[in-house]
Amino acid sequence: MPEAIAIAQARDAVAAKPAGEVSGLTYQAGGRFLIDSINLRIPGDGITVLMGPNGAGKSLLLRLMHGLLEATAGTVRWHGRGLDDDVRRQQAMVFQRPVLLRRSVAANIRFVLKLRGRSSDQQVEQILDEVGLGGRAAQPARLLSGGEQQRLTLARALVTEPKVLFLDEPTASLDPTSTAAIETIVRRASERGTKIIFVTHDLGQAHRLADDVVFLNGGRVAEHSPAATFFDAPASQAAADYLAGRLVLR
Amino acid sequence: MQDFSHAFTLAFGLVLTADADLLEIIALSLQVSLTAVLAACVIGLPLGTLVAVGRFRGRAAVVILLNALMGLPPVVVGLLIYLLLSNAGPLGWLRLLYTPEAMIIAQTVLITPIIAALSREVIEQLHQEYAEQFRSLSVPRAAAAAALLWDARYSLLTVALAGFGRAVAEVGAVIIVGGNIDHLTRVMTTAIALETSKGDLALALALGIVLITIALSVNAAVMALRLTATRYAYA
Repeated sequence: MPEAIAIAQARDAVAAKPAGEVSGLTYQAGGRFLIDSINLRIPGDGITVLMGPNGAGKSLLLRLMHGLLEATAGTVRWHGRGLDDDVRRQQAMVFQRPVLLRRSVAANIRFVLKLRGRSSDQQVEQILDEVGLGGRAAQPARLLSGGEQQRLTLARALVTEPKVLFLDEPTASLDPTSTAAIETIVRRASERGTKIIFVTHDLGQAHRLADDVVFLNGGRVAEHSPAATFFDAPASQAAADYLAGRLVLR
Repeated sequence: MQDFSHAFTLAFGLVLTADADLLEIIALSLQVSLTAVLAACVIGLPLGTLVAVGRFRGRAAVVILLNALMGLPPVVVGLLIYLLLSNAGPLGWLRLLYTPEAMIIAQTVLITPIIAALSREVIEQLHQEYAEQFRSLSVPRAAAAAALLWDARYSLLTVALAGFGRAVAEVGAVIIVGGNIDHLTRVMTTAIALETSKGDLALALALGIVLITIALSVNAAVMALRLTATRYAYA
């Protein structure tokens, strides 16, 4: 058997193995089930897009999967392990609103490198070049434009070399040029083997990025399918309504 | 009115000729108050940060207590420190009563709650902004506290300034534990009180002018620093 085929088979085997397994995940607040008994198998590679109408529970599910919130019930496992400190250190998250330290661009990167026991100017330069912020290292981070700030938060997340990267509507308030830049960085990270979980409202963006789509409605998974299937022949009425631009009723 | 203008003329004369007694009093005042601010920052900033970042039983009570202690009456603090340091008190063996050290202790006790309570507010506000990102990055608690203190440094400078203002202007505590002894524990505020009671308005006014000038200068310097920091979005 040619070596190339063996490598491809091995890669397929890894991809077939889920990166994340969510079982019976429930989050209750104020007497309401905001996330209701969700079961999911997140594929081992590519970009998983979480979609759904407002209040569907997308951001909440993202936070529960990353361990920022404690679930009322259920479990989340990544690469076969529960959400312990080691597992969480191999993950990173980018929020809708960039949260930057009141320091220079380079100091924001150096801060996380130091936390991981690494700190080299070369790494800082390299990651800044990758996100198109080369030459801006000494500038105050909070004086960058919105798009540049979000690229810096992405750089800060990626420099930790996460196995899983969560993104919560990172381009929600950005112009098309900035959005394109973010999408390019995300796609590149995915190609390098980082598992991406991406929340978006933007159908066009989901089309451009998604390998598989999890469609949430009312705190439940209405559908989880490969992107092509989801967009061409959605299995659930809620997803069909959403894609057609109709109001999605619970 | 003539006496008043005469006193002012004498006062400016003392300031302009850098009168030795005046300089001695100013130097001691600054030494006592700046040391007290430093000590209060060493205690108050970590305390404020701990309360801001920590989640523990009784936290609300600690916040209320810190806020209430900001209004500590200086004479009460002076009295308590006096009782502690007097020969019959538990710390009498240190023989600190009527020394600048006693005055530093009294001012430190007075302004530590101010530094702790105000820094708690500053840090808590910043922590609300950073908390989720820090959790996501698995930032250890000590590193998070250090980062918060560093990123809030310009706001905390204003907090320290508030403490300095309170320390340098207070008279009740230092007069009780210092005794206003000439060439030993006489500071600007106690000297102003004494000279006014003696009718020597020139020295009292001269000290008053210096006190106000110091307050204005320190405020202006901190404001300039903050404005620069804000321009670079570091504050």
